[in-house]
Amino acid sequence: MDFWNVTLSLIDGLKCTCQIFALTLVLALPLGLVIAFGSMSKFKPLAYLVKTFVWIIRGVPLMLQVIVLYYVPGIIMGEPVLSRFASVIAAFVINYACYFSEIYRGGIESVSKGQYEAGQVLGMTKTQVFFKVILMQVVKRILAPMSNEVITLVKDTALARVIMIEELIQAAQNYTAYGLMWPLFYTAVFYLAFVGILTLLFGYFEKKLDYYKV
Amino acid sequence: MAVFEAKNIQKSFGKTEVLKGVSFEIEKGEVLCIIGSSGSGKTTLLRCVNFLETPDKGQFYLNGNLLFDASDKKAKSDEEIRQKRLHFGLVFQSFNLFPQYTALQNVSLAPLLLAKERPDYMANKKQIKEEILQHSADLLRKVGLSDKMDNYPCQISGGQQQRVAIARALALKPDVLCFDEPTSALDPEITVEVLSVMKELAAEDMTMLVVTHEMGFASEVSDKVIFMDDGVIAEEGRAADVFGNPKSKRLQEFLSVMK
Repeated sequence: MDFWNVTLSLIDGLKCTCQIFALTLVLALPLGLVIAFGSMSKFKPLAYLVKTFVWIIRGVPLMLQVIVLYYVPGIIMGEPVLSRFASVIAAFVINYACYFSEIYRGGIESVSKGQYEAGQVLGMTKTQVFFKVILMQVVKRILAPMSNEVITLVKDTALARVIMIEELIQAAQNYTAYGLMWPLFYTAVFYLAFVGILTLLFGYFEKKLDYYKV
Repeated sequence: MAVFEAKNIQKSFGKTEVLKGVSFEIEKGEVLCIIGSSGSGKTTLLRCVNFLETPDKGQFYLNGNLLFDASDKKAKSDEEIRQKRLHFGLVFQSFNLFPQYTALQNVSLAPLLLAKERPDYMANKKQIKEEILQHSADLLRKVGLSDKMDNYPCQISGGQQQRVAIARALALKPDVLCFDEPTSALDPEITVEVLSVMKELAAEDMTMLVVTHEMGFASEVSDKVIFMDDGVIAEEGRAADVFGNPKSKRLQEFLSVMK
């Protein structure tokens, strides 16, 4: 079990971690916007329904959600419905979309009414006002809270091992059976590098959006 | 014939009656100033004209044709309202420029979006875009900002921002250009540069509806003045009469305070 072999198998785990991370982001970012619109809906029953859903998802540990999504449909249907990986992705996407939705909502509601009105009196449709006027102001406002969530997501991927997904921590944990603890500590290097890259990336975006103030 | 006429406009917010039946008309090329103390309903009236508020009762006429009737439910759909808004431009007290766009983009955004609805848009895309950008640049030159076209709102002064906002409102060639206390957020020195642009527009026979606290501007530039008090027009007439010979006690008080 030399250093090189451990590194290779941790890289395999990292690949899985990256997959969970990327898929969750790609799916949860737009879904969060849909949920945000739902919770801001003028149709009150829908707004309350969505808000209750967000409360449940944010109120229950993500680890438990992963377990529920993997086991419960199987128990009901008598056979596994979602694969391990699919359950993890489903749970992560729903969970993160709910967190994102609250960040979006805060961002959208913080844009002044005057911006909507300015767009409206210029004959824009509501859709045009949102996408041409409001969205980029929201993006700028939510960049910092979003970077927090995204960085949390990197480390939350470790929860996938609760249903035996071979992500980074699990890959390291396998070595404890051989009496090796250090691969577990070694994973910190991977997480730190991952988060370091993300931090730089968000810093870059913040700089890019520096040309206007909201 | 009046280019725009409002008839018996009423508007309440909850139990508060803000407009209690306001009627006025404005001729083509006229400047109509609305004065009055805070809470008199003048801003709400202007917002009704721009359909930012929907009147509870009353009608609007444009060039003698019925434009909006509050009793007609269909007239209140988003799309109907959007089309009707295009007859009016509005300059806000707080400018409301789009911060992520340059001055030129602020002015050209709405015309570019609107051009997409033209049937010949796909065929003449490039030419239409060029014309709009040209027109937008001309408008910015007109308000004296030829050197600020590529600046973002945060890079220019309040007075310059408000002039961009005026150019933006002009870009859609409205029949009536409305101003909602356009200089109230500005320093007195800077107020002058915005007012002089407005005077220029008035001289070019732009039809303007101006809610203002600038009595000097109102008496100098306006053809007609409306004094609003408690949701009704308390007094109206030619600027010289209203300012020189106020009849009601309320207007006399108001004018003495404003001096």
